[in-house]
Amino acid sequence: MSISGVVFATGLILILIGMWGALTHRNILRIIVALSLIGTGSHIVIVAIGYVRAGTAPIIDRALTMSDAPARAVDPIPSALVVTAIVIGLAVTAVMLAYAIRLYDAKKTLSIDAFTESKW
Amino acid sequence: MQRIVIAAPLVLLGLVFTSLALNYAEPQSLRPLAESYVKLVPQELGAPNVITGILLTFRAFDTLGEVAVLFMVAASVGLVLGPAGSRSGVPPAEGREKPRPASDIVRSATQILVPLISIFAAYIIMNGHISAGGGFQGGAVIASGVLLLLLAHPEQRLDLQFLSITESLAGVLFVLVGVAGLFVAGGFLDNRVLPLGQFGAFFSAGAIPLLSVLLGIKVGCELSVILDRFRP
Repeated sequence: MSISGVVFATGLILILIGMWGALTHRNILRIIVALSLIGTGSHIVIVAIGYVRAGTAPIIDRALTMSDAPARAVDPIPSALVVTAIVIGLAVTAVMLAYAIRLYDAKKTLSIDAFTESKW
Repeated sequence: MQRIVIAAPLVLLGLVFTSLALNYAEPQSLRPLAESYVKLVPQELGAPNVITGILLTFRAFDTLGEVAVLFMVAASVGLVLGPAGSRSGVPPAEGREKPRPASDIVRSATQILVPLISIFAAYIIMNGHISAGGGFQGGAVIASGVLLLLLAHPEQRLDLQFLSITESLAGVLFVLVGVAGLFVAGGFLDNRVLPLGQFGAFFSAGAIPLLSVLLGIKVGCELSVILDRFRP
């Protein structure tokens, strides 16, 4: 298996672990950690599919001349997307934690079982 | 019953992922879009770092949207948590116990590390068009320095007014540079409003270093505001 294939599979496994955690745990903080794991896993998957065999970072310098770049650089688009996705992921985690604090204030517990009002 | 409900989607998704992973083949060459980006960014935008060129010129409108998302998150965290000090059960008048001061180790380390972190952030932001780096990454490094300051001095408040004014100014300038591209260069957020300069030099790649600085300031301020909201 190629190196990017291993990274790709690792990302998929992380997504699965995150989903398992979000579905089985009852503590809101653990659910938030699991959701962050899903995010991290998808970042790893996106970066892995941008790899090109024997490619290097798409930065033009002495090691990678302008004429050689299309043959030897990795795909820059997934990396550019993931850079923004990481910052947005942090922001989303911040919103989730803010809601967790509010929920704790309301019921003095972080167990999801205590919040049954909005259950259908 | 509940276990089956949880296990069934996981197993099915696992099957989909397994087939994805087994059929994954490493690409031998770039896709056409990526190839044109790798060619166009150094030749036409004059930026050695292709990723920064994509983030701050080709997909700069997208970057502007991401920064708007960050701004909304900062605002909504403030809305959900309310102003600092309003949150704990005991009202402030009854003399809540003061936050425990940080230990000597944390405070001394902060004195040494915060200047280094700031210099590192400035380096990452200013180096974004030449080598690895950029506004998003540098802004996150700034915020990590602010987090260290908050840990070392829990009783001090950040000047939120200053942060929000700085952040708004950076945002307005970012858009203005973009609008200037409409008149002087090829379109909104075109980096060729400024001379491209010598390839690989510090002042080169048109407006990309300027946009990078503005983005770094904006992200740093927004993340700092988010961090400050989480204090009790």
